[in-house]
Amino acid sequence: MVDILFIGLSLSSILLLVALGLAVTYGAMGIINMAHGEMVMIGAYTAVMAKIWLGLGLIASIPLAFAVTALAGLAIERLVVRRLYGRLLDTLLATWGIAILLQQAIRLEFGLSFLGIHIAGLGSGLQNVPVPAALQGTVRLLGHDFNAYRIFIVAMTAVLAVATWAVMYRTALGMKVRAIIRNPQMAAACGIAVARTNALTFALGSGLAGVAGVLMAGFKTVAPDMGATLVVDGFMVVVTGGVGSLLGTVAASGLLGEFNALVAMASNDIIGRAAVFAVVIGVILLKPAGLFTFKGR
Amino acid sequence: MNLNRRKFLTTTATAGAALAAPGYLRRAMAAGEPIQVGALYSQTGGLSVVEKMLAAGVRMAAEEINAAGGVMGRPIEVLVEDGASDPKTYAEKAQKLVIRDRVSTVFGCHTSASRKAVLPIFERRGAMLFYQTHYEGFECSPNVVYSGAVPNQQLGNYLPWILETLGKKKVFIVGSNYVYPREMAKVSKGLIEAGGAEWVADEYLELGHSEWAVMVNKIKDSGADVVLSNVVGDSIISFYREFINQGLSHEEIPICATVTSEIEIAAMGPEYAAGSYTSFPYFMSLDTPANHSFIERYRAFVGDPQATTYHSLEAAYFQVFLWKQAVEASGDITAEAIREGVRGQEYAAPGGEVKIDEDNLHCWLTPRIGQWQADGQSKIVDEYPAPIKPLPYAAYGETADNLFCTREGLDSSKL
Repeated sequence: MVDILFIGLSLSSILLLVALGLAVTYGAMGIINMAHGEMVMIGAYTAVMAKIWLGLGLIASIPLAFAVTALAGLAIERLVVRRLYGRLLDTLLATWGIAILLQQAIRLEFGLSFLGIHIAGLGSGLQNVPVPAALQGTVRLLGHDFNAYRIFIVAMTAVLAVATWAVMYRTALGMKVRAIIRNPQMAAACGIAVARTNALTFALGSGLAGVAGVLMAGFKTVAPDMGATLVVDGFMVVVTGGVGSLLGTVAASGLLGEFNALVAMASNDIIGRAAVFAVVIGVILLKPAGLFTFKGR
Repeated sequence: MNLNRRKFLTTTATAGAALAAPGYLRRAMAAGEPIQVGALYSQTGGLSVVEKMLAAGVRMAAEEINAAGGVMGRPIEVLVEDGASDPKTYAEKAQKLVIRDRVSTVFGCHTSASRKAVLPIFERRGAMLFYQTHYEGFECSPNVVYSGAVPNQQLGNYLPWILETLGKKKVFIVGSNYVYPREMAKVSKGLIEAGGAEWVADEYLELGHSEWAVMVNKIKDSGADVVLSNVVGDSIISFYREFINQGLSHEEIPICATVTSEIEIAAMGPEYAAGSYTSFPYFMSLDTPANHSFIERYRAFVGDPQATTYHSLEAAYFQVFLWKQAVEASGDITAEAIREGVRGQEYAAPGGEVKIDEDNLHCWLTPRIGQWQADGQSKIVDEYPAPIKPLPYAAYGETADNLFCTREGLDSSKL
């Protein structure tokens, strides 16, 4: 039983990893960022490239991936998203387009493959990132064997969740973001630089996705289209938890991950997956605004 | 306005004449005129990684044939079309090749889904498809030449070997959730029961998913002593990694796979697969002059000194030579001529002798079992002395003495 609960915890932490960044961009900014999965993908490719070109290991590439994807996010916000605030469906379409552009940019090696130039680590092939020896295999705790890398992911997710919470609730930037969530016009009237705050928030959300990408690279294959499936799960968690609520996102990922593991163990993975979607539908029918909501204006 | 209209009319008339011209030209085609064939593989999308290799195999074979004087003195011209990893696009591009370009032969498709999507077009329009990927069987089309393995050539040798030589008694069957793994599981169960062993589970994960934690945990708790894997695609990589990372080892519970090839081994990191097995008619590690030469020529052709070869690539390559022999045997390039000409054609492929079966147009191949080593290559641990007959309906009781798929087509009363 303990090992199943641990697997559930691990599934939850993977859901949360992707959803954290989305909770910030979608929840806080009202942007449906379809390119979020591609930020995860870029983070994973940063780890691949850092290994090949700089000799950096998985852990050392985490801050690098955060920086790369945060800058990419900043650029996307400045160039496209900034012009689309308040137009929810347009953000969906525009960021989806960006997602496709980014996928193809990696696949075509930024166009260099047309010229016959190949960059190791890019292209349409599958890539992998070696996991540090200390994180391979199992760790024995309380009479059970646990997958060391999954323990690492759970711990990292916890650290990131706490860090995100601290940024949102313990810093000046977080206070401004929360003010903008409640009422952007009023926040602007109080002297908050909404545009600048939004840009930083978007960069933060993208940076979190980049870190998720590095951690994913340790046990998934890295490929240009790896982000597409992740973003669906991410939105599922954010919507179930309640848009704009960090606590809701954490709770929803915990609930869905554990539920998935328990059902999958009792029956099989396919039914487990279907059951998760059934729970999501149920939650949205009963509580349309998600598990945790606050009163907005 | 008048002038414009006249100009328009003359332009369209000229264009119409130009479009009609190839029809006349084709009828008056002289020796030396190229023979056009299609190569229908995904150049974009999720499957393009593998399918580009297959397209390269076909183009390389065509280039070699052309360098040696072509087919009946005529060079081959390969028209490459992009299936874009989408069965619907496959159907459209197949129509384009067969109807507009009027090719009588297309080399192509990789997944069963894409083959099923184009099959009606080839059957209705009377063209031939050469299909190189190992597949689940249960198909008997007079318009397809299948050069890859069918279940009896991958499993018929494999399970008896697992039960007898490895001494395994409890098999955990795992696969991706679609037709190929489910058909493979069906054949396997029969062979496991016939061998006096038992299968403890038959489980699936959605195609393309990579969360294996629960499945590997089940394998651990199931008491199984061997895992038969029909997992395909990216999922293979995360499966092997999870398997090792949950503390299982190929020494105690080896994964015996039917799809895992040199490509996936390289992508996951060979240390995760070292000690596990795969059953294929061809391995890159085959130590024959023909294979060394093939690998060298392929690497030169794609311009990558590290390029990997594997079963479907080898089949994509040698099927073009079988097609050439069929054309030369019948002296014509119509679909009927190729179908009759290809029956019984033999060729010395990089992996050894192959032959197209007279009855069902599938390919005689040599079953081999490879054990993956730490360098990402396999060591052949078991090998048949000669190619064996393909039986696409083996799962339903087809044997060499009781064929379901013959020259006359499928005898559905036997199913």
